[in-house]
This record gives sequence, C-alpha cells and structure tokens, in this order.
Amino acid sequence: MAVVDDNPIGRLAQNISGGYRPARAQAQAGMILALPATLLLAALVIGPAALVFFLSFTDASLGLAGVRFIGLANYTRMLTDPGFAQSLRNTALYVVVVVPTSIGWGLLVALLIARSRFAIVYRTAYFLPVAATLVALATAWEAILHPSLGFANSLLQLLGASPVSFLSDPSTAMYALSAIGVWQLVGFNMILFVAGLSTIPEELYEAAAIDGADTGLKRFLLVTWPMLAPVTLFVTVMTIIRAFSVFETVAVLTQGGPMKSTSVILYTFYEEGFRFFRVGYASAISVSFFVSVTFLSLVQMHVSERRARWKASGGR
Amino acid sequence: MAALDLHIDNVGKRYGATDVLRGVCLRIAAGEFVTLLGPSGCGKSTLLRIIAGLERADQGHVRAGGKALDTVAPKDRDLAFVFQSYALYPHLSVYDNIAAPLVMRELTSLERLPVIGGLLPGAGQRNRSIEERVRETSALLKLDALLDRRPAELSGGQRQRVALGRAMVRKPKIFLMDEPLANLDAALRIHTRGEIARLHKEMQTTTIFVTHDQAEAAALSDRVAVIFGGELRQVAAPADLYREPVDLDVARFLAQPFLNEVEVAAPVGGALIIGSSRIIIRDALGSGQAGTLAFRPEHASLVDRDRPGALPVCVTRIEHAGMDAHVFVHAGAGAEFVARISAERAQSLRGGDNLGLTIDSEKAWFFPWDGSRQSRDHSRVA
Amino acid sequence: MMILAQSSASRIALHAVLVTGAIIMVFPFVWMILASMTPQSEIFDGSLLPTPTLNGAIDNYSTALSAIPLLRFMGNGFVVCLTILVLQVAIAIPCGYALAKLSFPGRPILLAAVLLGLLVPVQIPTIPIYIALAKSGLLDSYAALVLPWIISVFAIFLFRQFFVTFPDEVLDAARLDGFSELSIARRIMLPAAWPAVASFSIFSVVAHWNDLYWPLVVITTPDMMTPSLGIAYFRQAGEGAGNVGALMAGGVLVTAPLVALFLLMQKHFIRGLVLGRH
Repeated sequence: MAVVDDNPIGRLAQNISGGYRPARAQAQAGMILALPATLLLAALVIGPAALVFFLSFTDASLGLAGVRFIGLANYTRMLTDPGFAQSLRNTALYVVVVVPTSIGWGLLVALLIARSRFAIVYRTAYFLPVAATLVALATAWEAILHPSLGFANSLLQLLGASPVSFLSDPSTAMYALSAIGVWQLVGFNMILFVAGLSTIPEELYEAAAIDGADTGLKRFLLVTWPMLAPVTLFVTVMTIIRAFSVFETVAVLTQGGPMKSTSVILYTFYEEGFRFFRVGYASAISVSFFVSVTFLSLVQMHVSERRARWKASGGR
Repeated sequence: MAALDLHIDNVGKRYGATDVLRGVCLRIAAGEFVTLLGPSGCGKSTLLRIIAGLERADQGHVRAGGKALDTVAPKDRDLAFVFQSYALYPHLSVYDNIAAPLVMRELTSLERLPVIGGLLPGAGQRNRSIEERVRETSALLKLDALLDRRPAELSGGQRQRVALGRAMVRKPKIFLMDEPLANLDAALRIHTRGEIARLHKEMQTTTIFVTHDQAEAAALSDRVAVIFGGELRQVAAPADLYREPVDLDVARFLAQPFLNEVEVAAPVGGALIIGSSRIIIRDALGSGQAGTLAFRPEHASLVDRDRPGALPVCVTRIEHAGMDAHVFVHAGAGAEFVARISAERAQSLRGGDNLGLTIDSEKAWFFPWDGSRQSRDHSRVA
Repeated sequence: MMILAQSSASRIALHAVLVTGAIIMVFPFVWMILASMTPQSEIFDGSLLPTPTLNGAIDNYSTALSAIPLLRFMGNGFVVCLTILVLQVAIAIPCGYALAKLSFPGRPILLAAVLLGLLVPVQIPTIPIYIALAKSGLLDSYAALVLPWIISVFAIFLFRQFFVTFPDEVLDAARLDGFSELSIARRIMLPAAWPAVASFSIFSVVAHWNDLYWPLVVITTPDMMTPSLGIAYFRQAGEGAGNVGALMAGGVLVTAPLVALFLLMQKHFIRGLVLGRH
C-alpha cells in the first residue's frame, strides 16, 4: 500500500539510495533536526567564546583600526593593576559573605519549614525575592538604606545608634550589597533544600532514634546532613557562581563606587569592554573570570567527593 | 483479505562482537500462526524487528509473498506490530490512536492539518471512510465507550486492546506481536489470549507471535519456532515439540520449571546404567554414545524400592500444587530427581522414605553429547 | 521529618525565627508599594513607614507613566521575552530530540559542545556579538535584544534529558504507522514535550524580563529599553532621580507581572526555576 509521503526530503532520501535503511533514515533526520541549533551554537556561543579567548591576547579596542597580538600583556596588566586587584578583593569579600550566609540561612529555613503547618506561606514569602525583578527591588532597598531618612536608619536611631550611610560609605557599601545579595538568594537555596529534605526516608530517622540520635542536632549530623550532601554540593556550586557573577546591584546602585569599594569583576569587565572599549583587556578579564569560577566549582566538587569517599571508607 | 507468506532466509545480525542471530531460516505459510519462543535475550524480538523493518539484517533476506523486503520501509511492508508496552501515542485519544495508521497513509500533509485540512475537497470523504473503519474495529474490540479517552486514563487491558485495534484497522497482511500479553495480570492474560485466538480464526492473517511463555505458545500457535542464542533450534507443532524436543536446551526450556537430567555413559546391552540400576529407554536404543538422559516429572513414578528396573531413591521434600504434588528425591552421589504424583498419593509420603523411581521408557529422551540424536520424527527446518 | 524537638517553647522560637526572616524577605515589597502611593515629600518625613494617600498614589503613578515610557518598557519586555522564548523552543526541541533518540554522525561531538556551552558564562560571548551588531548598525533594536539568546544550550540540554526518557517503542510504532522521521519530531515529540516546555518557559521569561546586563550593553534609546533597564534609567535620568515615590511606582509596575505570575502558579513557577538551574 503506497504511503502518501509528500515530504520532499523523505522522498529524496529514498530515491537516492535505492531503498530504505532504518539507520540511515534516522541519521538523516537527526542531522536535519540538529542543524539549526548546531549552526547557532557555533555562531553565538562557541565561535564568540573562542574569539574572546583569542582577543584576550591582543590590544583590540573598538575604534582602533588594527589589532595587534600582544601576548600575555593583558593578563600581566590585570595582575598588576591595583584597580583590578581591588575588584578581585571586593568580589572575594562579596562571595565570602554571601555564599555561606545564603546557604546556611536557606538550609535553616528549609529545616524549620518542614515542621510547620504554614509551610506554604513561609515558602511563598521566602521565594518572593527570587521571583521579583532585582533592579526594581534594589532601588527599593536603596531607599530603605537611605543615609539619614531611610527605614533602616530610622530603626537604628530608635534603638539609640547613629545613622549609617550604608551605600555611600566605602567601608559599608560592599556589606550592604552583600546583604541585598543574600536577601535575593536565600529563597532559591531554601527551595532546593526543601526538595532535598523531602527525599530523605523517614525510616532513616527512626533507625537513628533507635541508635541514640534522638535530639535535633544529633539527628541532623547523623542523618540529615549526610543525606543532603549532593544537594548541598549543587547549591554551593550554584551559589558560588551566582555570587561571583554579581552585577545588577552594582550597576544600578553604586556603579562601582564609592571609591571603587564595590567594583566587582563583572562590573569592571563591563566598564572596560563597553564603556572604555578596551576589548582586548576586557576579554582577558572575562577569560580569567571563567577560569576561576570553573576552577572553584571543580575544587568544590572534588572536595565533596573526597569527603564522601573518606566517610564511606570509615573515617569519622 | 489475502494474507502473505513469509520466507526468512539465513538471516543474521550482529551487535558489536556478539551474534544476536545466526543463519535463521524459517518459512511461514500464509495465514499461519507461528510463535517465536525462547528465553530473554535469545534474539526472537530482534528477528521480529528485522521482519518489521525496524532493524536491518546483516546477512540474509526476508521475503513476503515472494517480494524481498530488505530495502522496503516499515510503513510500506503492509504489516502491523503490537508492542509489549503497547506504544500508544500519549497525546492522542483512543480514536486518534486507532485512526493514526489510516490518517498517515491516506491523507496528504495538507489534509492532516487540524481544522483547515478537513475543509479541503475530498478530505471529507476520506475522513468518513477512515471513521467507518475505526468504528468497525473499535466495535470488534469493545472500545466504543473509550474512544475519547487518552491512554493515560486506560487500564492495561484496555490499552492492549487499543494497540490491537491500531494494528488491525489497516487490515494488514502480516501481524507481528512482541510479547503483547507480558504486562497483563494472569486472568487478563488468559482472556486476551482467547481474544487473539478468536481474531486469528476470523481474520486468518499471517501472524508471528513472540513470547517466552510456552503455555501461551502452545495455546495459540499452529507451529512454534524455538530460538536459543540466536539460533533456530526447532520448528514444530506444539504437540510435537512437547513430545520430541530436538536437543537438551529445548527440552529444558519446555519442561519448566523442572526437567530431570542425568549424564550417562553409552548404553550397554541396550540399557543405560544409572548407579547400579539398568534402565531401558527407547530413545537410547541403537546409540553408541554417552549423553544426557532427560525426562519430565510427569514421566517419572514412585514405586517400591525393590521393584526391578527402578532407581533406589530417598525422599527429600514434597511440594504440593493443588491436584498434584512434586516429590523431590535424591539417588545418592548428588543425583536429584523430581517426580509428579497425585496429591492423594503424596499424602502418604514422608521425607526420608526409601522408594524406587521408574522412568517411562517411551517418553524419556536421550541426548547424546555429540548431537547425533536419532529421533523418531522431528522437523528442524520447515 | 523529626528535626527539632517538640516542646511548645521551641515551637514558638521556631515560628519567631521563621516569621522574622519572612518579614525581612517581604519588607522591601511592602515598602515599595507603600512608598509608591505616598506623596514624594512625605516619604522621608520622619515617620517609620511611608503613609499612602490617594493623591500621592495618583501623582506617583502618573509621573512614572509619563516621565518615562514605562508602558513601552513593559511592552518591549513582553515582545522580547516572547520572541526569545518561541525561538529558543523552536530551535532546542528538534535538537534535543535528535540528541536523545536519533543516531547521526557527529552526535557525541554536538553533545559535548552543548555540555561545554553550559559551562561558559553568558557574559563571555557578548563582546564579539556586540561588535558584530555595532558594525551592522543593529544596536538599539529588538534584533539586538533577541539575537544572542535564541540559542539556549540549557534548553537543548533540558529537552534532551526529557526526551531520553520517552519510550522508544512509540517511535517504532510511529515508523510502522507511516510517520516519517520529521513527522515524528513534529507530531509526537513536540506535543509530548509540553511539561518540559512549560517549565522552561517560566525560566526563560523570568531570566529575560529581569535581565539588566545585555540591554544595558546594546540599548541606549529609552524607547527600546526593557523593564529592568528602564527602571535603572528612571533612577538616574528623568524625574526619577530624586522622585522616590514615582520611582517606586515604576518599580511596582515592572515587578507586578512576574510576582503575580508567581503567586498564581507557585508550583509551576518554582519547578520551572529549579529545573532551570539543573
């Protein structure tokens, strides 16, 4: 019985080869279906990434006619530039504050919510910052943290302390941004931990209770924490990456100031690349960013694996 | 409608370094119901898929009605396939599932478009013809009440019938079924088995059925093709297979769960020596080779120890199974046997009893190790 | 989950901690809404929280809507997010299916490339793409906003993982029934992928509605700004600089759609974002 296959490609395939072969029909379809994505992947991701890598070794700059190969000059400049060192320090500070705090707080809330009847309400409240447009909420935070008239300072004054210029004082600005960062990330980590907790079988807790671990902390250390290990690893890696990628709050609220106290790696990259058009230098920055973030993630995964293997082999 | 005959000539298939099928030759007459029987991994499903065109043989040919199928696309082979997991289209209703093969073949791409397609000239008539056939099939399988449901809303048995309907609606010349009953519970399996038998009787379509369940094979088939390790060992009617397995593998497979086996030296003076007993087995007469003596539990009986020609054995344990019981005995030197006797008789037996085991000399089989079995009638290739 | 002890004292402590945290989480939203309805001069008048008045609300919202093309920002956001999503799905689903179920030469390489793409931070390819857009005079356009995002490695990966679990036998049945390979992709896999598409949609829309970085790079004309960029712009230029009330009104309007979506479809929303990060 003839099949009404008026698909020109299909017919072409059959006629050329003189017959049907299942493997070949599938291979042809596969290549056709994957073609657009492959082309775009090459043009928009792999190609540009390779180009950036190449550009990092040149003195390319938008507006300059030629491009000269200058070897590692951009990288040495990066390492000796006090401005860049500053943004590295700032980013490191941000990461060190935001990562443990948002993970710890997220975990704590996940643990507490598990016991509560109002879990859905709390979950909604904590996840709201994740759903919202950060730029808009950051401007709200800015008003709340206003040097003299903002809510935060009004509260401080009520408690008898003196007002703090959160965002305009170089010694506090980064901390203020970190606080906003934590605020935005907690809900997401919480949800991941809630999902992770829900997969721990109740029987493990019962077995632990029989073995003597019947109070909160003991139970947590014996059952909860080890069982959460894969989730914790995932959350940590994700949070590290997102903390390192901080950009929006800096771009909107402080633009790197006051006095470069909040300039972070990605913001420096943005300025160098799209404000000063020092394309070669910016490329070097972005390559370093990529390398360090990937390196950190790999370290984290390795450490986690090592710990798991060590524990499995009896270490305590 | 005319069914097609099927010739499978020397088909072989390799995956990497393993031969999944080796030189399989099988001829199936038009309208015949043949079962491919064998343990999991023996290659029967692969053979079925090669016949369907879902995979390509590395050597050999498949011919239907005299025409070579090797380069013909599955959809053009005029056959239908029922999968073990039913493989229904999850997002389509029962009606659309059954109609799918007709829609894909008889409507052009334009006519298949959701709303506009139906408005094209000629489409209306074709759609009506399709609807008629779908309803005819669904009536036959008692699916009328379920036509609007999705597969997810159906029970296993209902999905099975939809899969059958989708296969039948095209009135194909050949039916292929890959363990279609495996996922059903016991009662439903027997019932659906009956349905398949009835449909075959009515439609007389050439059917190739794959299963690892020999009871199923015996109940449904005109002939059974037993496959082991990619090789076709024996093709015969179920009764012949039961009586005359061609080798030990086949005998074992068909005698599940128990086959009594004992290795013996070449017969001496027309008798086999087991322990200190001399046993006469018809199948071994005339063979000068050592081999394995095999017999089913129902071909063994328990008698008094002193009876001449009986093997002295001692009862180890008794397993009751309704009207019968399986009695496990051991004959010393690690030789263990199972005999099937009536439950009443089993009542009077106890562990430790010393009895004699006799073997039905007509029905037991002797398989020489060099494969030189002279058997009364067995058809290896048909 | 027996994590903490049961006594009522610790119950109260538990709730106290949770509630405090929840208040901190929700506070900026509340403040933003209150301030958006308070006359500009009264927001920082010494009272702890802004006190809304009807006039204040009318003033702030009308300023927000007139001083900057706010509705235009939201419209841009809508157009851009929808275009990006449709293109992402249209390109990723066939590729995901091919990677999951069809064997073709180069498949392992493509899969490796996709996984590699997942590692690359989104900011890296932006330099060359920007240069290319600048050279072709396409800056400040929808094309510029949409172009880098139409290939979503993450979507390809997500759909591939989804399709891998789809039963092969349904594909075989389709081949026997007369579906061509391409028909299978279109008529069977696409409808089946609906749950994955729904989850991914939420992830994509949220990410691109909220995105500041790329619009900041390619857009300078207020008319083409997207919601996030629009608010940043409002804060600095126009009457937003200094007019906190109007700025907050703008913030409320820009944030409202996603928050509303979240509140209405919490489960799907969360699943979409969480799935997004995997």
